[in-house]
Amino acid sequence: MGRVITFSDALNEAMKQAMRKNEDVILLGEDVAGGAEVDHLQNEDAWGGVMGVTKGLIQEFGKDRVLDTPIAEAGYVGAAVSAAATGMRPIAELMFNDFIGSCLDEVMNQGAKLRYMFGGKAKIPLTIRTMHGAGFRAAAQHSQSLYGLFTAIPGVKVVVPSTPADAKGMLIASIEDDDLTVFFEDKTLYNMKGEVDEEYYSIPIGKADIKRQGEDLTIVAIGKQVHTALEAAEQLVKKGIETEVVDPRSLSPLDEETILQSVMKTSRLIVIDEANPRCNAATDISAMVADKGFDYLDAPIKMITAPHCPVPFSPALEDVYLPTPEKVLEVVSELIDDDSSIAM
Amino acid sequence: MGVSEVQQTNLTSEKAKWMYQKMAEIRRFEDQVHETFSKGVLPGFVHLYAGEEAVAVGVCAHLDDKDSITSTHRGHGHCIAKGCDLKGMMAELYGKSTGLCRGKGGSMHIADVEKGMLGANGIVGGGFPLATGAALTAKLKKSGGVAVCFFGDGANNHGTFHEGINMAAIWDLPVVFVAENNGYAEATPFEYASSCENIAERAASYGIPGETVDGKDAMAVYDAAERAVARARAGKGPSLIECKTYRNYGHFEGDAQTYKPESEKKEHLTELDAIILFRQFVLQNGLASEDDLHVVDENVKKEIEEAVSFAEESPLPEVKELTTDVYVSYKE
Repeated sequence: MGRVITFSDALNEAMKQAMRKNEDVILLGEDVAGGAEVDHLQNEDAWGGVMGVTKGLIQEFGKDRVLDTPIAEAGYVGAAVSAAATGMRPIAELMFNDFIGSCLDEVMNQGAKLRYMFGGKAKIPLTIRTMHGAGFRAAAQHSQSLYGLFTAIPGVKVVVPSTPADAKGMLIASIEDDDLTVFFEDKTLYNMKGEVDEEYYSIPIGKADIKRQGEDLTIVAIGKQVHTALEAAEQLVKKGIETEVVDPRSLSPLDEETILQSVMKTSRLIVIDEANPRCNAATDISAMVADKGFDYLDAPIKMITAPHCPVPFSPALEDVYLPTPEKVLEVVSELIDDDSSIAM
Repeated sequence: MGVSEVQQTNLTSEKAKWMYQKMAEIRRFEDQVHETFSKGVLPGFVHLYAGEEAVAVGVCAHLDDKDSITSTHRGHGHCIAKGCDLKGMMAELYGKSTGLCRGKGGSMHIADVEKGMLGANGIVGGGFPLATGAALTAKLKKSGGVAVCFFGDGANNHGTFHEGINMAAIWDLPVVFVAENNGYAEATPFEYASSCENIAERAASYGIPGETVDGKDAMAVYDAAERAVARARAGKGPSLIECKTYRNYGHFEGDAQTYKPESEKKEHLTELDAIILFRQFVLQNGLASEDDLHVVDENVKKEIEEAVSFAEESPLPEVKELTTDVYVSYKE
């Protein structure tokens, strides 16, 4: 049964249901409950995560399964890697993806590589949930979108959902998955509402979703930028252009087939990624299409990304930093001449 | 200990008035930001320093522009105590081009390198190695400068605490590590997250002096910092001072602070308030008169009003600023 809930509540429900189903699932991170051992709070959480996404979990599952950690990312992410290798199925919350700077070793050199180095004799069923994205006026150290960094690491799966329904299903899939998965949550999407099934369900990692069908142009967009693409697509209808919007949902593995089939149909590709322009998801997907789908293309592949600079604080600058539907329309006008027929 | 008792002091009247002024500036600045933020005028996250004034001021009273400090996400107080311009600070919080960081950093990254303020920091524990590096510069360049690392009780459990302090200790670097133990790392009590009773005890494992002081008592902080800064300047290496303090507001603006007992919040706004205590000390020691302090209060009020007007009237950065300052030079 579907009902309309927020992205944040969808994530909360996914964790709750996964924890009910499997007692090996535990949650750990900074202030995932908050107010640890404060007398007057008793079993209440003070925060339930800095954005309230894990609210209420400690009440149901207790402090053995919902662990507030010290501010020690290397410590608890590393511990989560090893807890996963030795029989638990942890969800570790890295409050902001920017904090990976403090614990990249634990993910890149430990979690991602143990299985391979041990000749397949270990598995790391760990989900690292982390918040990303600009637009929150949170400045350079709390606004990055670092999924590209993890996509480059063999041994890590990368999920970037764009809707509440995908968020729930893919978080459950990540928790059920036997590999280390980094699960990205755009902080500006938490209040977004959408229909979400009440039942426990999972959406396979590695299966893209076509968020809008179209014949004339393919836009592949990552996370929140799916909505930028959809907005642009609505405006393009007025110009007689039907856009297909492909949401990869996971960047590693990447559903190459769905993207290539869409490009085969439309012959034009724009990739929107709000990360910095070098070595990001947009360059990765563009290179894949150039390599495997060059013959399908009638026009150069275009990428719409942030510029090569940190995320600025001032709203006047941050608004220019991010991709917008207007920028998409501008790029489309380079690809498709208004006067010419697009039906080729 | 209570500072209401008359204490022996070598503090000059001039220094006492400076300290009172800086504490008053911090408090009024933060109260102003609290009010402005609640009206939805200020963008982003702000973490307010009100309540902890005695720490920044008691330490920075021993520093000048050749000395460096590293700060935290709760950095406005350190900025003010280190002599940063109030107008430039307020404009930075508004994201204006006249801000200390030209609107690029905001509250969480506010900095003024010329004043030796190496930045508020969005990364907990970011300051330990940075302060150690600044002290390395001071030692190698023989500038006579010291570096002070302000950090919270949350950061004391971060790996960089160990790496930064240990290096400073083996190289005898002129650093003073100042713990601002306000009892809560975000929403988590210090007692829950730390295996030690006092952060200062951890100094012993690095073979450096560590002491715990009442961080609400500006003179207790001042005296401890005097010893630590003198030791650093003399080339004898780092020290660790733990100041037990309290933040009057939440971790960030918007934090409901349900983890704090009501009685605790109240007592810190009244009988344990750092500014009230220091005011009593100054008056009882004849370091300033009621009239003197009244003049300071009025001036501070005016300064903050002017800072707000300056910030409001300043222009936003131009779009072309988005991609400047990434590199010194970069061939495109």
